[in-house]
Amino acid sequence: MSMHTPQPAEGPASFYVLEEEHAHPGSGTMLGFWIYLMSDCLIFAVLFATYGVLGRNYAAGPSPADLFDLGLVAINTSMLLFSSITYGFAMLAMVKGRKGATLTWLGITGLFGAAFLGLELYEFHHLIHVGATPQRSAFLSAFFTLVGTHGLHVFFGCVWLVTLMLQVAKHGLIAENRRRLMCLSLFWHFLDVIWIGVFSYVYLIGVLP
Amino acid sequence: MSPAPDSTSFLFGRLTLAALPLHEPILVATFAAVALGGVALLAAITRFGLWGYLWREWLTTVDHKRIGIMYIILALIMLLRGFADALMMRAQQAIAFGASEGYLPPHHYDQIFTAHGVIMIFFVAMPLVTGLMNFVVPLQIGARDVSFPFLNNFSFWMTTAGAILVMMSLFVGEFAATGWLAYPPLSGPVHSPWVGVDYYIWALQIAGVGTTLSGINLIVTIVKMRAPGMSLMKMPVFTWTSLCTNVLIVATFPVLTATLVLLTLDRYVGTNFFTNDLGGNPMMYVNLIWIWGHPEVYILILPAFGVYSEVVSTFCRKRLFGYTSMVYATVVITILSYIVWLHHFFTMGSGASVNSFFGITTMIISIPTGAKLFNWLFTMYRGRIRFEVPMMWTVGFMVTFVIGGMTGVMLAIPPADFQFHNTLFLIAHFHNVIIGGVVFGMLAGITYWFPKAFGYRLDPFWGKLSFWFWLVGFYFAFMPLYVLGLMGVTRRVNHFEDPSLQIWFVVAAFGAVLIACGIGCFLVQLVVSFLRRDQLRDVTGDPWDGRTLEWATASPPPAYNFAFTPVIQDHDAWWDMKQRGHARPLAGFRPIHMPKNTGTGVILSALSLVLGFALIWHIWWLAVLAFAAVLYVSIEHTFNYDRDYHIPAEEVARSEDSRTRALAGE
Amino acid sequence: MRHKISRLLVLVPLAALLAGCNLVVMNPSGDIAVQQRDLIVASTVLMLLIIVPVILLTLFFAWRYRESNTKATYAPNWSHSTTLEVVIWAAPLVIIVALGALTWVGTHLLDPYRPLDRLDAERPIPQGTRTLEVEVVSLDWKWLFIYPQQGIATVNELAAPVDTPIAFRITSASVMNAFAIPAMAGMIYSMPGMETKLHAVINREGVYDGFSANYSGGGFSQMRFKFHGLSQDGFDRWVEQARAEQGTRLDRSAYLELEKPSEREPVRRYGEVDPEIFSLVVNRCVDPDKMCMSDMMAIDARGGLGIAGGALNIARGKAPAAPGRGQSRPYVPALCNPDDPFGTLQLASIRAEPPKPAVN
Repeated sequence: MSMHTPQPAEGPASFYVLEEEHAHPGSGTMLGFWIYLMSDCLIFAVLFATYGVLGRNYAAGPSPADLFDLGLVAINTSMLLFSSITYGFAMLAMVKGRKGATLTWLGITGLFGAAFLGLELYEFHHLIHVGATPQRSAFLSAFFTLVGTHGLHVFFGCVWLVTLMLQVAKHGLIAENRRRLMCLSLFWHFLDVIWIGVFSYVYLIGVLP
Repeated sequence: MSPAPDSTSFLFGRLTLAALPLHEPILVATFAAVALGGVALLAAITRFGLWGYLWREWLTTVDHKRIGIMYIILALIMLLRGFADALMMRAQQAIAFGASEGYLPPHHYDQIFTAHGVIMIFFVAMPLVTGLMNFVVPLQIGARDVSFPFLNNFSFWMTTAGAILVMMSLFVGEFAATGWLAYPPLSGPVHSPWVGVDYYIWALQIAGVGTTLSGINLIVTIVKMRAPGMSLMKMPVFTWTSLCTNVLIVATFPVLTATLVLLTLDRYVGTNFFTNDLGGNPMMYVNLIWIWGHPEVYILILPAFGVYSEVVSTFCRKRLFGYTSMVYATVVITILSYIVWLHHFFTMGSGASVNSFFGITTMIISIPTGAKLFNWLFTMYRGRIRFEVPMMWTVGFMVTFVIGGMTGVMLAIPPADFQFHNTLFLIAHFHNVIIGGVVFGMLAGITYWFPKAFGYRLDPFWGKLSFWFWLVGFYFAFMPLYVLGLMGVTRRVNHFEDPSLQIWFVVAAFGAVLIACGIGCFLVQLVVSFLRRDQLRDVTGDPWDGRTLEWATASPPPAYNFAFTPVIQDHDAWWDMKQRGHARPLAGFRPIHMPKNTGTGVILSALSLVLGFALIWHIWWLAVLAFAAVLYVSIEHTFNYDRDYHIPAEEVARSEDSRTRALAGE
Repeated sequence: MRHKISRLLVLVPLAALLAGCNLVVMNPSGDIAVQQRDLIVASTVLMLLIIVPVILLTLFFAWRYRESNTKATYAPNWSHSTTLEVVIWAAPLVIIVALGALTWVGTHLLDPYRPLDRLDAERPIPQGTRTLEVEVVSLDWKWLFIYPQQGIATVNELAAPVDTPIAFRITSASVMNAFAIPAMAGMIYSMPGMETKLHAVINREGVYDGFSANYSGGGFSQMRFKFHGLSQDGFDRWVEQARAEQGTRLDRSAYLELEKPSEREPVRRYGEVDPEIFSLVVNRCVDPDKMCMSDMMAIDARGGLGIAGGALNIARGKAPAAPGRGQSRPYVPALCNPDDPFGTLQLASIRAEPPKPAVN
């Protein structure tokens, strides 16, 4: 049985930080946002798991092989991948402090994002038109929910992107805006990673024999 | 009963006058009482000109201490509602035998037990836990606020919006009659077509946003904002348990969110996730909801364990025994809580190997839990125990909780669970651990930290009375349920044939009345303490001779918590500072950087409430409008870059000087 | 110490009360439940080894080290002891290892899916014993029991000869319930579209309580039945009695009538049974318009029916089954039914229909 020995006494100065403190306590934003992304990742995990369980329950309806157009999805995927690259360019411009270039690259990123959403909406419209609605079978319910949730994230990403462009245009590349651009960058690349999962797990495995 | 679900109008959706339960006298009387009370309260606020004060200092506050206090007030208000439900159930079960049908028809009774469970877990236990963590954690780690003060305010108001939705369901429409986890297909569109389950879904979703965000907030606060010198293994145990709880919140509430989204789609869009036909699978819901549901239990109990650890070492005037093993036990429980969910449905008929795997993982959790109990026990050993009210709660907990732990392990044995599942034995077990663990812990915590929050102690006489009523009431209310469980009586039944059961239900109802007295004494205690605040005043800021940092500052603490950030050398930081001859710095104050209050959280939560209500009643135009408004206000909020200010050095000096004078006894 | 006294006071009438009531879980009449009881008792005793000392030590320490007792040793900084730490982790560990072993063996031995290998602790199953098969369906809010070997069915009444192994196949018509007979074997869920199994035996003649143990809506509290443990002769007479119910045949239409929500159904017997009915219930196609789940799954395994055949092949839900119920879900029509045995008309009509969004 050991005894705890208290630290030897020191001068009163050691009780407190008396000199000037670091001014900004906001350094946790990136960590916080990253944790948020992980929680969002769990939502996708549930949707992927749901698709995994229900993805072959066609209810005597159409199957992925009947419905998915890999060509279209490939174009769609490239839109999102390109948007990630252009977002990377925007961040490089931000680091160099070039406001105009940052805004331009952000604009291009937004256009790619919008193109992605447009193609996805076209695909959904086509599916619903041929009768493959979310209500038709558990497979289609899980498909529309998983892909749709991702699309919804991209939509909000675009809204956020436009907001940030306005803010950068108004206030320039100040510390707050840089931090926000970093957060959106995390978010945007995160959506890319999720899409890779969707593309391989839903589309490729669904269509390939 | 519910009107035909397809009678909808553009303007009001499904909402018609028939949705008001004018034919139910119990509800009309309740509504009259609530309305009168509400009007009286609002009139009083207006009469004393308190609106401006309330809005500026409380509703819009980003101060973690005030948000913590508001969480606890919310929890206490909801406790009254949830407990009223409990009393009604006990009364019904005590009289509904043989020819007597009792006074509650099934449709009403089923809503009551559902509301009781939902309210007690989501709107009593969760706000108590979150409120206590909010108040205490930044103080314990020597921080000035949480990492994201605005988010903190927003989280609180979202939780409140969820609570308001549940309360609205009492007077407008109905609440879910499905049990607190709303298993489909019963909660699906065919079997529950009206608004009850929708109230359930949207209340939980709106409150869940708040819970998840506050979880993220507190993790970042604990990871990033500890005072210099406070390494992880020098954090107070309550902060450790808070960290683990918030990790669990962030790692499980998204699962609940996603699961409820799927149920929502089944109900609103007609998808087939949990339906019987077209490939749906209802048992997937049961799995998913318990992947959230089991960790949720530990989200509630871990902070209570933290409270007990603080209370035991303070009131035994002794270092906590086995700090390191306490921390590891907490972490192990956190991880294990994730791989036991299937024990909630052994009777689904999974294979024997699957069932025994989950049964054994469940039992393994009792090892770290047992270690914790021994640690508290050996902290008492060779201590000098002061039986103040928090310590009494703790001893009451230690004796009561082990019984609940034992019955829990019994339920974890699959063949035994084939007998106990869904019986009153199960009900007795989880009330045993939730009341004996979480509620006792939260009441201990409130009593313990009350002087820190308000500058005076709670009156010990009424506190002790409350404790004895709760403790004895608990045994009277729940020991009979264990017996009834052994007699094979199932939960959620509103009428019985066998007259030999009645005496046990009567005893249980008597126990519930005792607990009601306990709650009453607690409320009286608050009032009496307020009236006697001058006698109970504590000017030292350290009424219990505490050990952790929160006792180093004034009571109530100034907005900035600490004029100078403390430097930590030990996990009992304040005790250690006192031992080393601590001296407060009396000069050299600097301006302190603080966040500004904002009303955005209140506005967003009000809009979310409208959105939820519109979605519940299918008032689509209002839903679209409210959603657009939420989006607009959120974006508009980000255009405000002017979010902080400095408390001038003179003001800091003024408030520190007044503390110096108070300490000197002037 | 008021608290200890009050607990002692409770104990006096408690003993009297316990003596007077029927703790069915502790005093069951079927071998499975007896083994479950033994497991409960064994685990309780094992845990009491640790629970009782903890409670006693808590109360003792609380008293011994109270502030006013200045004679007691006070060691404010004593906070670690490796020996003690090892003991407090090892003691629960040992108990849990023992319990874990008990659990593993017990769970496999008492797996409800495992056919019985004994009648009770003393008697193995005699050679040539025929297992009694019972098919159980939980409906809103009553129980249907089908005896395929006897060709009868009953509502809200179950009977079985003592010392005969029984194999239950269990499913549900609409929502989840749990088929529970504490005196015989506890409970197992009944779930729509799924089949669970339970093997059990009843060893004593008598009338036992059976009920649903999983909340299933408004009529749940009345979802009770009596389980009669009979002698072989008694059981044969009971079967004959059911067979004597002339003109009562449980076929598709009788089942669909029974399926409508109702409460407090009196005991009812069917003298004849469509042998297919249980499998139709499990496959959710008692209504001949609906495609059976087994067919649907077979089609799905081969990749569905494609866009032309599958997407549009769906029928709108039927009217609510009862007041307070929502519209029934859309369903996939059967490809073949008595009017169209080979499904040719069905397929032709699907192909003829122009493509359009089909579901509500």
